[in-house]
Amino acid sequence: MSKFPLWKYFIILCAVVAGFLYTLPNFYGEVPAVQISGSRSAIVVGADTIAQVNASLKADNIQSIGEVFDGKTLKFKFSTTDTQLKARDTIQQALGDNYIVALNLIPASPSWMSSINANPMFLGLDLRGGVHFLLEVDMDAAVKKTLDKYVGEVRRDLSNNQIRYGSVAVVNGSVLIQLRDEATAGQVVNQLKKDLPKLQASLDGNNVKITVSADEIQVIKEAAVKQNILTLHNRVNELGVAEPIIQQQGPDRIVVELPGVQDTARAKDILGRTASLEVRMVDDDRNALNQALNGNLPFGEQLLDEVNADGSNTKILIKNDVELTGDNINDAQPGFDENGSPSVNIGLDSVGASIFKQVTTNNIGKRMAMVLVDHGKSQVVTAPVIRAAIGGGQVQISGAMSVQDANDVALLLRSGSLAAPMNIIEERTVGPSLGQENIDKGFHSVLWGFLAISIFMCVYYLAFGVVSVVSLGVNLLLLIAVLSMLQATLTLPGIAAIALALGMAIDSNVLINERIREELRAGLKPHAAIEAGYGHAWATILDSNVTTLIAGLALLAFGSGPVKGFAVVHCLGILTSMFSAVLVSRGIAGFLYANRRIKKLYI
Amino acid sequence: MEFFKIKKDIPFMSYGRLTTSISLLTFILAVFFLFSRGLNLSVEFTGGTLMEVQYSQAANVDQIRGELDKMGLDQASVQVYGSAKNVMLRLPNKQNANSATLSNSVFNTLKVGSPDVQIKSVEYIGPQVGRDLVNNGLMAIAFVCIGIMIYLALRFEWRFAVAAILANMHDVVIILGCFAAFQWEFSLTVLAAILAVLGYSVNESVVVFDRIRENFRTIRGGTVAQIINNAITATMSRTIITHGCTEMMVLSMLFFGGPSLHYFALALTIGILFGIYSSVLVASPIVMWLGVSRENLVKQPKRKEEAVV
Repeated sequence: MSKFPLWKYFIILCAVVAGFLYTLPNFYGEVPAVQISGSRSAIVVGADTIAQVNASLKADNIQSIGEVFDGKTLKFKFSTTDTQLKARDTIQQALGDNYIVALNLIPASPSWMSSINANPMFLGLDLRGGVHFLLEVDMDAAVKKTLDKYVGEVRRDLSNNQIRYGSVAVVNGSVLIQLRDEATAGQVVNQLKKDLPKLQASLDGNNVKITVSADEIQVIKEAAVKQNILTLHNRVNELGVAEPIIQQQGPDRIVVELPGVQDTARAKDILGRTASLEVRMVDDDRNALNQALNGNLPFGEQLLDEVNADGSNTKILIKNDVELTGDNINDAQPGFDENGSPSVNIGLDSVGASIFKQVTTNNIGKRMAMVLVDHGKSQVVTAPVIRAAIGGGQVQISGAMSVQDANDVALLLRSGSLAAPMNIIEERTVGPSLGQENIDKGFHSVLWGFLAISIFMCVYYLAFGVVSVVSLGVNLLLLIAVLSMLQATLTLPGIAAIALALGMAIDSNVLINERIREELRAGLKPHAAIEAGYGHAWATILDSNVTTLIAGLALLAFGSGPVKGFAVVHCLGILTSMFSAVLVSRGIAGFLYANRRIKKLYI
Repeated sequence: MEFFKIKKDIPFMSYGRLTTSISLLTFILAVFFLFSRGLNLSVEFTGGTLMEVQYSQAANVDQIRGELDKMGLDQASVQVYGSAKNVMLRLPNKQNANSATLSNSVFNTLKVGSPDVQIKSVEYIGPQVGRDLVNNGLMAIAFVCIGIMIYLALRFEWRFAVAAILANMHDVVIILGCFAAFQWEFSLTVLAAILAVLGYSVNESVVVFDRIRENFRTIRGGTVAQIINNAITATMSRTIITHGCTEMMVLSMLFFGGPSLHYFALALTIGILFGIYSSVLVASPIVMWLGVSRENLVKQPKRKEEAVV
């Protein structure tokens, strides 16, 4: 038997030490923590924040057991979940709305471990509890919304230039402007080319047609998904989730994962809502209203519900023309009006403020409706009479709202509106108790399976059985270390894959041991038999692992959700098992037998 | 300790006709069940809502059914699982209804009847997603088959590739047949198990093939059948012990893994059992019938061309 080279021992030693180091954090468990980050990029968390939080905690007599600051987010650890909850409220109060204060669990491992990136495995939602959503963006609606915006812009431009027009409307995917004659149409085309150069205006008889190219539609769609992801980020931040994942998947889908969120109804509501605000004028003509109630809707108007204080609805006639939209909102905060009923206080940007001033100046004495558009339903929140022109861009809307309504509306307006409505096409919710149950069950499966195999191998192959079990143990160690190092998401199917990886990895050892027995039977001396056993087995081990790896890669490529979690671990498990079976078990055998004379091999 | 002390080669190839007939029979049976009963596809494939709720006392299934009926969900299935406190609700997707919010309204209704009810998990899959999953699943199986065939054809020879894939697809069909026959739930994790076991049993065939190739090199003389018999006999001990060990792990998952891993482990169990059978007793006869010979595997050393002066 040739001597096992020293450098191979060195590799094994390095792998095992690294394996221990990176597996270790998984045994420390987690401590409750409060996580603080800025709600906008402009808001920086720094030394000041730490001091501020510490002062407020001290004032309320709450003991923190340490803090972690990674340059962006600040985490305060607490010994119990009770103090964690208390601390959250204290910190939120001290820091105000500009900071996101969320509950989190962070690894309890010593800080030198995280400094070498040795962190516990990242648990998937099925193990830690939480919600997973797959949302699909309604692209047709995104395109339509952009066209509607063009209609508004064109209308405003024509009014500003005092050009009279019949109507501006979306017809068959393009904007059609009806005009008196061809001369006016030509004038409009030129005017639009000057004022709104991004639009492709062309003559169409007496009318002007604005078409949207396929490229532009593509751009609109991409922008819609981006805008929606941004808005979702804002909303999730408002919900106070510690480690949310928001990612684009495919051309029109968005994945949202909210670990630890239990109130899924509210999460769903906030995420899926397309609330946007529109300021439109009210038609107070009694006759027109009666006509409309009888089904004779005047042209360019709409019959909507106005919510009363007692929760009932009154019909109200609203003009279709939108004067101002939520896009011009800078800030929205819940508050109370002078009568003490809940309100939403809105701050407009400069464009919004000037439009609002113009509208209120032109319509003194008339009623203006604040219409909340949510999930395709328009509802009038309030329709006050304009008593004077309102400048400065500060608007208060109050109507029949509860405090919760005011909070939600403010949140939605603040976090921006979605570019297009989204539908939830997949949802997975896992309660926290089920998460722990899954961890326990997965752990027990691996434990008992491993024990059963170990006992059998030791009884059946004696000394070489022990070698196999040790190398299988190293395999498990390395697999968990690699998973911790890569921070790959571990799910229940992932744990199943760990179990299966161990069950399959024993194959290599059996192959080697059987071969050694066979060589002994054929009359080889112990050293030669070991040598031949490992030598012959290698080619077979490689072949059989490659076929298993092909299946693993296919699962990785085409699998989604639970299958992906399985596939990642499965593939990694094949790699670590090849390493441990070939190198580690060979190394141990070499260590045991290389420099000794062996009379009889215990196998 | 040694279980298999076999002195003489077992003439597996002479049982070839018998073993292939058994395979053919089970195969036909499996196909029959697949067509007559069909797979009991999980919510992931069909779309719909799956809710697990937990009560603090034994759940009143009739009451839950009544409440669901009142909501117009008479197609919903209500099933107690695990313990009497756990209930699983399956709600099919309805057209023109906002399915995503269905779970919320159902939960609220259940809460009116008994305030102690808790959500353990919710899974909602829209119809679009289900279609994608079916397509991806079929793609994955195709990818695995083609990938393995290419690898075996390169490493061995096309006859081995064809034989291995035939033997192992036969396993896949039999697993599917079992799921159809007993109406076990076929979910994404079961699909993962099937693909994993496909790779694993091919590995079984590879071990035997490897030995066949080696025998062609080392054993002078002897018919193809004798060589294959020797290869199978020599690897049999390893085959059974390896699969036994893997099976121990899988059984551990079946017993301790709870309902989430139940069908996953079941698919693996069937896959491993039939995997042994098919890779030994189906793949090898096919290789023989395809006419494998020493010349296919052992490269003849090229004759040196001597320069003619």
